[in-house]
Amino acid sequence: MDTNSNKYTFIYAALMVIIAAAILSSAAIVLKKPQQKNVEIEKKQNILTSVKKGLEANEADDKTAYIESEYSKYITTSYVVNSKGDKIDGDAFTVDLNKEQAKAVEERKLPVFECKDDDGSVKYVLPIRGKGLWGPIWGYIALENDMNTIFGANFDHKGETPGLGAEINQTWFSDPFAGKKIFNKQGVLVSIKVTKGGAAPGDIHAVDAISGGTITSDGVTAMISDCLATYENFLKNKNNEL
Amino acid sequence: MSEKEPLFSPKNRKLIFNPLSKDNPITVQVLGICSALAVTVKMKPAFVMALSVMVVLASANVIVSLLRNTIPNRIRIIVQLVIIALLVILVDQVLKAYVYDVSKQLSVFVGLIITNCIIMGRLEAFALGNKPWPSFLDGIGNAAGYGLILMIVAFFRELFGSGSIFGFQIIPDVWYIKNGGFYENNGLMVLSPMALITVGIIIWVHRSKNRDLIEKK
Repeated sequence: MDTNSNKYTFIYAALMVIIAAAILSSAAIVLKKPQQKNVEIEKKQNILTSVKKGLEANEADDKTAYIESEYSKYITTSYVVNSKGDKIDGDAFTVDLNKEQAKAVEERKLPVFECKDDDGSVKYVLPIRGKGLWGPIWGYIALENDMNTIFGANFDHKGETPGLGAEINQTWFSDPFAGKKIFNKQGVLVSIKVTKGGAAPGDIHAVDAISGGTITSDGVTAMISDCLATYENFLKNKNNEL
Repeated sequence: MSEKEPLFSPKNRKLIFNPLSKDNPITVQVLGICSALAVTVKMKPAFVMALSVMVVLASANVIVSLLRNTIPNRIRIIVQLVIIALLVILVDQVLKAYVYDVSKQLSVFVGLIITNCIIMGRLEAFALGNKPWPSFLDGIGNAAGYGLILMIVAFFRELFGSGSIFGFQIIPDVWYIKNGGFYENNGLMVLSPMALITVGIIIWVHRSKNRDLIEKK
């Protein structure tokens, strides 16, 4: 057969594309379930990490089961609020922050997860999302019930530079957030600044940035202040209630 | 061929072992440099990258070799690209489904396998003109040669840049300046220029041991 004729070339290319498409779409269908499960478990694990729970996931025999049981044990309630701080309908776990952030602030659904700790105290976990250097970064901030002090935080990223910006998902970066305050003494939301060159000792509104990861660090600062700003009314209302 | 060639004949063994040194894709053919710079900050992603490249390269070589007599000459590069892209997406999907942690570590780099010129280079240079079994061995050999250099570069970059090997801390914590010691990680090691310099040093050492590789003036 003449493999150089136009007809042969066209038929060959068309067949090849159809076969490739068939293989890829069947793979996508078959693998969709385990992939979604992985994403769900990771999200639960991230929420738990921000309240310092479920930390032994890597030693657990069955990571999935361990995370599921810890999650149902500690995360007792979750709900969606709007920027006025009122509860609205919706499932907090399935809210897609990426889509919400494209909307006007007033229309956004803001998820809140409540964690009931062993000693009975309640922590409030707020998901945040923003931009790093190469792509999205996101995380969870857990507040103590004064709605001001950070209990824990946890960050992750899609594709920040390994060894530099990617370090935001390490505990040495997120641990110093614990104990910091997001409101100043006058009750103004000042958020947390990730400071290049290191935070001044005793500064309760700042943490150290990552050397060589300035744009990612600035992204974290912007992400925290932008996202907390949308929760400001909720935090203030809740604080008056308590 | 009248007599059947043994599976690991000296000729076939060469296909595996030559790319490790004398015909190394990175240090001698200077292919696949960009991914060698990108994934070698830490050893673990470098290792998984090397494994993924091996899977993709060996399978792509076999598939192209099986199809070699049917591929229309004018669109052969596109056919090769489709095969590579197909395999890379499959590898990525499988990693995402069954070893999610590893797939997160590699993130964008799995997709970058498509642009790894070693794969295109081997398909063009070898698989199009050889039978499946030698092509398979050639794929394994070249991916191993690539992986070997990746691991060497990653070893030095992680040791001096982060003070650890495979994530385990090697440099004692008390040595660090922030803990009152005298040592500080070299920030340059985690940036790409240092990977290029490390590859350069490896090429230098390699050529001074194998003088026949040095080009005549």
